[in-house]
Amino acid sequence: MAAEKKFAGYICTGCGISERLNVNQLQTVATREGKIAEVKQHARLCAPDGVQLIRDDIAAGATHLMIAGCSRRSKMEVFNFANVAMSRANLREGVIWARPNVPEHQETTQEMAADYIRMACAELKYLNIPSPSAEQKLNKNILVVGGGVTGMTAALEVAAAGYPAHLVCDEGELGGAWKDLYKRVPFRAAASEVPNGRDVDLPLPEEPGIAEMIAQVQANQRITVHLNAHLSKTSGAPGRFAADICNTSGATVTENFGAIIQASDFKPYDAQQLPEFAYGKTPDVVTNFELERLAKAANGAPLKRPSDGKVVESVTFIQCAGQRSEQDGHLPYCSGFCCTESIKQALYFKTQNPDCDTTILFDDLRTPGAAGEDFYRCGQQEMVTFSKGKASAVVKNGAGLTVKFKDLILNEDTELNCDLVVLATGQVPNNGPDPYAQLAVDEAETEEEKEAARRKLEVAPPSILNLDYRQGTDLPQLKHGFVDSHFICFPYETRRTGIYAAGPVRRPMDMKQAMDDAAGAAMKAIQAAESAANSAAVHPRVGDLSYPKFRKEGCTQCKRCTVECPFGAINEDEQKYPVFNESRCRRCGTCMGACPVRVISFENYSIDSVNQQIKAVDIPDEFSEKPRILVLACENDAYPALDMAAQAGIETTPFVRVVPVRCLGSVSLSWITDSLSSGFDGIVLMGCRRDEDYQCHFVRGSAIAAERLSKVGDTLTQLNLEPERIVVHEVAITDLARAPRLLNDMAATIEKIGMSSFKF
Amino acid sequence: MGDTSKNYRLNFLKEVEANVEEGEWVKMCMQCGVCSGSCPLGKFWDHPPQEIFMMIRAGKRDAVLTSNAMWMCTSCYNCIVRCPRELPITHIMHGLAHYAQRLGLAPAHQPTAKFAQLFWNNLMKKGRVNELKLGVKLYFMNGIGEGFKTSLKMKDIGLGMMKTKRMNPMEVIGGHALEDVKGFHAVMQKAQELEDQRLANQRP
Repeated sequence: MAAEKKFAGYICTGCGISERLNVNQLQTVATREGKIAEVKQHARLCAPDGVQLIRDDIAAGATHLMIAGCSRRSKMEVFNFANVAMSRANLREGVIWARPNVPEHQETTQEMAADYIRMACAELKYLNIPSPSAEQKLNKNILVVGGGVTGMTAALEVAAAGYPAHLVCDEGELGGAWKDLYKRVPFRAAASEVPNGRDVDLPLPEEPGIAEMIAQVQANQRITVHLNAHLSKTSGAPGRFAADICNTSGATVTENFGAIIQASDFKPYDAQQLPEFAYGKTPDVVTNFELERLAKAANGAPLKRPSDGKVVESVTFIQCAGQRSEQDGHLPYCSGFCCTESIKQALYFKTQNPDCDTTILFDDLRTPGAAGEDFYRCGQQEMVTFSKGKASAVVKNGAGLTVKFKDLILNEDTELNCDLVVLATGQVPNNGPDPYAQLAVDEAETEEEKEAARRKLEVAPPSILNLDYRQGTDLPQLKHGFVDSHFICFPYETRRTGIYAAGPVRRPMDMKQAMDDAAGAAMKAIQAAESAANSAAVHPRVGDLSYPKFRKEGCTQCKRCTVECPFGAINEDEQKYPVFNESRCRRCGTCMGACPVRVISFENYSIDSVNQQIKAVDIPDEFSEKPRILVLACENDAYPALDMAAQAGIETTPFVRVVPVRCLGSVSLSWITDSLSSGFDGIVLMGCRRDEDYQCHFVRGSAIAAERLSKVGDTLTQLNLEPERIVVHEVAITDLARAPRLLNDMAATIEKIGMSSFKF
Repeated sequence: MGDTSKNYRLNFLKEVEANVEEGEWVKMCMQCGVCSGSCPLGKFWDHPPQEIFMMIRAGKRDAVLTSNAMWMCTSCYNCIVRCPRELPITHIMHGLAHYAQRLGLAPAHQPTAKFAQLFWNNLMKKGRVNELKLGVKLYFMNGIGEGFKTSLKMKDIGLGMMKTKRMNPMEVIGGHALEDVKGFHAVMQKAQELEDQRLANQRP
């Protein structure tokens, strides 16, 4: 925005600020040093008349506001003004609540407050007001990839919300991995509130409802179904995705979409890898998926032994077959659906013949879902035998089979005879290749690592999305081939903005959970399409209009930003210059932190806006015994943790000056070197937990920062400073007691090693 | 391992359901082991309740019915209170003991079984428990020598009880009884007939 900046400053004197601090001195600091001509005091700025005071100034032309009072994480809904730049000095949580109210500390407390005022004023000078880029228009079409129950549910949910959906199914008919179901695990619990009715009306296997769902999809005017189709190319960004939908005859149509849902479900585990259970050696050992087909074919008639057609009179289910095991070729995880599946299948036999002996050999019986425990009891009522045991082998025994196992309750090796064995095998996510597999080959340091990476690449499955992104064709994975999504906080969000994962592609699950997932992902996809039209970020900085801008003249085509972006938002043009895709961006600033020539910035968050805050801090001389510690704290977790610690009355050293950052990934090494050379004695960086159990809102941000900062020791040595002066910590939002302690520890370290000699 | 053809078949579970009081609950055990962990006498048993239930489901008929386990239950009801599936475990234990006794499979010289029989016989005579006679019978349950030894050991307590009128030495002769002993015997005989009939009508 080229318009002239008009500054206005406010100091709130409420919440004890005026009792603890010399507010008039702060006002002088803001006007004399901060160069804000007009600074007003108000006894309770968040009260209606205080807010009105600000609104009146905005109406009179103020564009840039410095608000000193509570933390920027407090009263966000009150101090929420459109089309202005705002900087908030944290005098309450950051100063008076973090410091004891005793006369001997008054001087350092006042200095702290004055510095925060200086920092807020300095930052404000370098903030611009972001405006929508209008890079994309509203495109309400949602692309759903996968014609199974998850995909169909997603398409139906999208359509029900009034948005058109295209459903791409790679088979000739809809239904996917669950289409062979004879019955489904019930969706309902037992009757509640019946006196003594624990076992009244227990849920039984239900009609699967898949044919009805297919009919609904086909009848829905808003849903376009593409059968025998796959995506040969997907390009663009939320709001302007272009997908080439290609069918088996080679015909391709290109459609534009606002957002994408990947619901490609799962593939059954390959039981050929279970020779110990005689799978493949006799047709009387089947997987749970195969039994479902047998049951569907029998359609209520007695189930027969595949080898000789004898009616099955005894059947054994082996749970966790090829699962929850570190053995080569086994799945290391629990697929979460097979326990209830086996109960359901055991009931098929019991329904036909109550005298059929059905034994379920389980290790831990896990029954998620509404029916869960009730369904388990239903199986027990029908006299399915549940035995905690570990099967070791299945061998032929005349016309029948013998299962050898260890009974874990009776603690003995034993065996039982039966007509049929069902292996409860698991789900393998139906995802494309790990997009970083090629990158791993390129970046391997030793020849052995390169070879291992190459082997992984060779066995990779074919692509599903065929994205033309700089960072690979498919959604990044976390482990075991499942899509990387934050399990608890943002389950449908993947590492490709506007592309949502639903169902067993993100974790193993049963049909009901997959349907719930589909509804959630559909809502997120609609939000992404709508937000893209407004040029606003979706997640986690919902509504943020700022996006990275870059000065092409300064760029050295080093590609660090395009490689490091956790969301693959940046492509490269022919000359290897970055091409930013604003609506793919989450606004974390990892590219800004990566750029060695500092040409990437946001309107309201830039190298300068932080650097000026650092420079604004008043540095007392070497002999003052007042060190200065710079804290760069992640605004998502570490910064609120410090605020909450102050609310809880936990004391923090008066020598810290905390600067919130969008993500530790956005931290530029220039901030570190500049602060050291301007006399800071120590630097503490606080980000979120990284790597496999990450809590980083931007997935890779804190991990990338840790990697960059691992090399910062050289800088310190060059400057002749002790390496202890810089520490990087992983801080969770719950670390109330720990976060201030880490800062106090740094103050103690500096007391030990002495002040920095760079005080000029 | 012997004959394994009946392993994990439902025959014995069905037998238990048909013959053991509250036996239809056995199939509902989910093998959490809370009962075994809660039993104050658990470590003295051959098999804690959880194991007994699994053995029934595994078809171990002889091992269950000849076990001393269910005879060791003192009816403290800890297991019933704690069972997350609300199984009447104590009652099932007594039901199993009763069934084993009926089949003559209870372990010989099992003191609980012996005492239970003495108690029953004592009660059946007059419809009232004659504590003096029951005590004497208990002391002499395992022979004359042990009987005299125990009696001498307990004599101070016995004399004390007589002094405080908690025990009447005259009970040795006859003892107190119900008003209508004949009627009581008729009731019990009828009950026995009904029980025999029920057993005869059951499927084998």
